[in-house]
Amino acid sequence: MIKTDAVIVGAGPVGLFSVFELGILGLNAHVIDNLDRAGGQCIELYPDKPIYDIPALPECTGESLTKNLLKQIKPFQTKFHYNQRVEKLEKKNNCWFVTTSEKVQFETPNIIIAAGVGSFEPRKPPIKNIERFEKINLFYSVKDKNKFKDQTVCIFGGGDSALDWTVELSKIAKKIFLIHRRDEFRAAQHTVDLAKDLEKKGKVDFLTRYQPLDFQGNGKLEKIVIKHDNGDLKELNVDSVLAFFGLKMELGPIANWGLDLEAKSLKVNTENFQTNEKGIFAIGDICTYPGKIKLILSGFHEGALSAQECFKRARPNEKYIFRFTTSSSDIHKRLGVK
Amino acid sequence: MTYMPKVTYIEHNGTTHEIEVESGLSIMEGAIQNGVPGIDADCGGACACATCHVYVKEEWVEKISEISESEKDMLDFAFETKNNSRLSCQLILEEKHDGLVVNLPEKQG
Repeated sequence: MIKTDAVIVGAGPVGLFSVFELGILGLNAHVIDNLDRAGGQCIELYPDKPIYDIPALPECTGESLTKNLLKQIKPFQTKFHYNQRVEKLEKKNNCWFVTTSEKVQFETPNIIIAAGVGSFEPRKPPIKNIERFEKINLFYSVKDKNKFKDQTVCIFGGGDSALDWTVELSKIAKKIFLIHRRDEFRAAQHTVDLAKDLEKKGKVDFLTRYQPLDFQGNGKLEKIVIKHDNGDLKELNVDSVLAFFGLKMELGPIANWGLDLEAKSLKVNTENFQTNEKGIFAIGDICTYPGKIKLILSGFHEGALSAQECFKRARPNEKYIFRFTTSSSDIHKRLGVK
Repeated sequence: MTYMPKVTYIEHNGTTHEIEVESGLSIMEGAIQNGVPGIDADCGGACACATCHVYVKEEWVEKISEISESEKDMLDFAFETKNNSRLSCQLILEEKHDGLVVNLPEKQG
C-alpha cells in the first residue's frame, strides 16, 4: 500500500501540471496512466500538430509541451504508474483506497481525475462476443513473440504495429495473413516493402480490401470470416489473431464510481473542482461546469485551484498560505532553486 | 449576415435532425453544437481519432472537399467504413452545401 497526498489519474498535460501545483504546496503525488508514457492525447493523437494557445508559448507541439511539463515537475521526483488504469475505489473514513489493474494500491485523501476523454484502450474488431477469445489466441499487442512459433497467424491492420509484427513474426511463424481494409498502408514504406518481399517468398499473404466479419471457434479462435469490398467472403483457419486497430478512448470504470456525470463528463464546482464526492476532483477535459471550455489552459487553472483544497485535506492541521513562486523561499527549496 | 447552409443528420435509428449550420464550421461542429447524438469527436477536430465518422449521401460525395491522405489513414480506425465514409471534422460547410445529407454509423470507434 502506497500512502500519498494525492493520486492523479491521467498523465496528460493537465495531470502533469497538477503535479506541479501540488508540489509547490509541498504535497507529493503518484500518477497513473493506461499508456506507456506521459502526454495523453497530446502524445498519442497529435504529437506533431502545432498548438497555438498555450500562454507565453506562441507555438508548440504536443510532444514539446509534454517534454517541458516533465521538466517543470522534475524537482518533485514523481512516481508514474504506466500501463494500468484505476479499477477500484473505496472510501474509509476520510481516505480513499485506490487499486489499479496491475494491483498497485494507494491510500490517499485526494484523487485528481485528469483523464481527458478517458483511458486509451485497444480498439477491437466490430464482432460480437469476441471477448471469449481474448488472451487465449486473440491479442491486441504482442507480449511474447515465441507464442507464435510455427503458427498460422492472422494480423489485422495497416499501421506500423501490423506491418512491424508481420515482418518480425514471419521469421518464426508458419504463415502470416495480413488483412487490411484498403490497398494503401499507413506504416513506414520501408516495412511495407519488406513485407511485400516476404509475400514473394510465400511467407506472407496480403489480403487487402477485406474487413473482419466473423470469428468462430470452440474455446479458442479457430476460423475467421472476412469480407471483401465487393461482397465476397473468405474463410481462414488460424492458430492466432493479432488485431491492430489503434487505440480509442473510453471512460471505463470512472463511470461506476458514483460521481455525478453529465454525458461523459464529471460535474464539479468551480471553487475547487471537487466532484460530488469529497476528496475526488476532476480537472481538464473530463470535467464540466457552466461555462466550461476544453482548453489545456483551463485545465491548468483547474489544477491550481484543486491543489488548494487537496492541501487542506492532506494537511488538516497546517494553515494554508498562498505564496508566489517568485518570492517564496519554501517553494524555492521545493523546486531546488538556490 | 452569415449564410447558414442546412445540413440533415440521420441517426442510425432513422431519427433525423435538420440543422442550419453557420458556414465555415465543420459538419462535426454543427452536430456537437446542436446536440446531435452519434458524433463523439473525442479529439476535438484534429483528424486524430475517427470518432466523427459519417456516411455522406451519394449525390453529395462529389460536391464536398476531397479526402486527404491523413483522413484516409484515420478512417482505418472507424467502425464499418464504406466508400462514402468521411470524418465530419474535415468537412467545412460552405454556401453551396445547403441541403447536404449525412448518415451516422451504428457507433463511433
